[in-house]
Amino acid sequence: MSAVAEPLGSGPVRQGFFGRLSTSLYLRPRLVLLLLLLPPLLWLGIVYIGSLLALLAQSFFSVDDFSGLTVYQPTLATYAELFTPANISIILRTIVMAAVVTIGCAVIGFPLAYYMARFAGPRAKAVFYLAVMLPLWSNYLVRVYSWKLILAKEGVLTWLFNLVGLGGLLDDALALPIVGGPSLSASYIGMCIVFIYIWLPYMILPVEAALERVPRSFIEASADLGARPRATFRNVILPLAIPGVAAGSIFTFSLTLGDYIIPNLIGNSRPFVGMVVYSYQGTAGNIPLAAAFTMVPILVMALYLAGAKRLGAFDAL
Amino acid sequence: MRSSMRSGTGAGWGLRTAATGGLLFLNLPLAFILLYALTTDDRSFNFPPPGLTLKWFAVAWGRDDIWQALALSVEVALMGMGLALILGTLAALAMYRFRFFGKESVTLMILLPIALPGIVTGISLRSAFALGGIPFSYWTIVLGHATFCIVVVYNNVIARLRRSSPTLIEASMDLGANSFQTFRHVVLPNVATALLAGGMLAFALSFDEVIVTTFTAGQQETLPIWMLSQLLRPRERPLTNVAAVFVIAVTLIPILGAYYLTRDTHDAAGSGK
Repeated sequence: MSAVAEPLGSGPVRQGFFGRLSTSLYLRPRLVLLLLLLPPLLWLGIVYIGSLLALLAQSFFSVDDFSGLTVYQPTLATYAELFTPANISIILRTIVMAAVVTIGCAVIGFPLAYYMARFAGPRAKAVFYLAVMLPLWSNYLVRVYSWKLILAKEGVLTWLFNLVGLGGLLDDALALPIVGGPSLSASYIGMCIVFIYIWLPYMILPVEAALERVPRSFIEASADLGARPRATFRNVILPLAIPGVAAGSIFTFSLTLGDYIIPNLIGNSRPFVGMVVYSYQGTAGNIPLAAAFTMVPILVMALYLAGAKRLGAFDAL
Repeated sequence: MRSSMRSGTGAGWGLRTAATGGLLFLNLPLAFILLYALTTDDRSFNFPPPGLTLKWFAVAWGRDDIWQALALSVEVALMGMGLALILGTLAALAMYRFRFFGKESVTLMILLPIALPGIVTGISLRSAFALGGIPFSYWTIVLGHATFCIVVVYNNVIARLRRSSPTLIEASMDLGANSFQTFRHVVLPNVATALLAGGMLAFALSFDEVIVTTFTAGQQETLPIWMLSQLLRPRERPLTNVAAVFVIAVTLIPILGAYYLTRDTHDAAGSGK
């Protein structure tokens, strides 16, 4: 009886609870947005932003020189401590290393990503994908450690250089003033290699994704219009891949800025920002100075993100 | 594959060499770990190794601290991955479907935990725990891990949503499916591999995270923390190598399995573009 009375075109005949809920939600898109967005926003807002504010608060406190206890009174004294020549050179050293590592990752990662996205068949692509992911899955510390084995004076790399008769070249590189050292594992060259090795997958994945999104029709159109492959690459593919490179560089740059394990295990013992932060909050018990030091990478990354955003990095993530 | 042949020239030898070189660079060091796990030399890093032995495997197998650290790592990674999958997917759905005031800020907020160096996340959480009087526990580790894992899931899901056609959803609704049915039968299968990939990345990220964990773990030892303490005691170096080989083997199985399971859908999604 009631089924007959139902007007035509009222949609599916059997509208259960979920059907009605669905309809009412469909009519209230704002509510759906709220329901979807609230859990992640609450999590990030409370856990993450809350913690950052706690950190910011700490950086305006100071530590009493005599008692070693934190004085909970706002002061800029802790920030003033940052601007000693020693600390400035730590900061510069870290930023230069992060920049070099990022460039290295882009140079090594781009051909790999390009081959993966453009030329590899499905099977080869699967192999490449696995080969890029596998290091990501393996333990970070052990990967660092494996390079300590490789870069050691009696290790593989020295053996290999001597085998092909280039031992002299290696010695020359190590004799260079700043980047050299007693062995590869105790030099900036070695540290840079390890950083590149560790963060490379973070560069390859977004670049590969960006390259894969370049429509084939664009490339065909470019070829049809008479562009040689090289010109197509430079004028069509490369500009469309830049957001991917920028996205990848966010990871490589940021991860290098904050790392304190690699500078601890590889290289000469000259400190990097991460090591200083870790030692101040740990053994020294000076959380305010650690917090103030942490503001440096935050500020650097803020500038970096602003630049990366202009290059379209956020859309390529 | 056919279309790549059609599009003209294959890769030149320079590109091939660079790509192969990159792959070797990424993967050869792992082989050295295996080699060094078998070496009889436990004092220096001599290459080639003077002899090969399996005894370190037996020694490592009997160590309770390794097993406990491994168990904690897996528990943390699974919980972190689960939370990140839920929160990241919700965020991706919201950001894909809606335009709203402050959307850019939300993107930034999701991105921030991974965009800022890990040490920032670590020391922030630590100072918050200190100010709030929260004792270190399993959950403080998970809290940190889930936070930086959200972005990986979010990235994967939103990338897939952007690539998939909105007409599919409209067609489903036109054919009488409600939102939930559409989500279950259209959206979910479409993003399934992205979820899997995002989940895998989140798991991996959590499983080998050491920087944030050193700030949030207190006395608890995840496998990376265990290894860090081992690296500071060089005489137990062969055990570290064995544990590493074990971790590589354990993680290789699910990653290969996941890849095998999603291979067909992945290809189908790729060829449609």
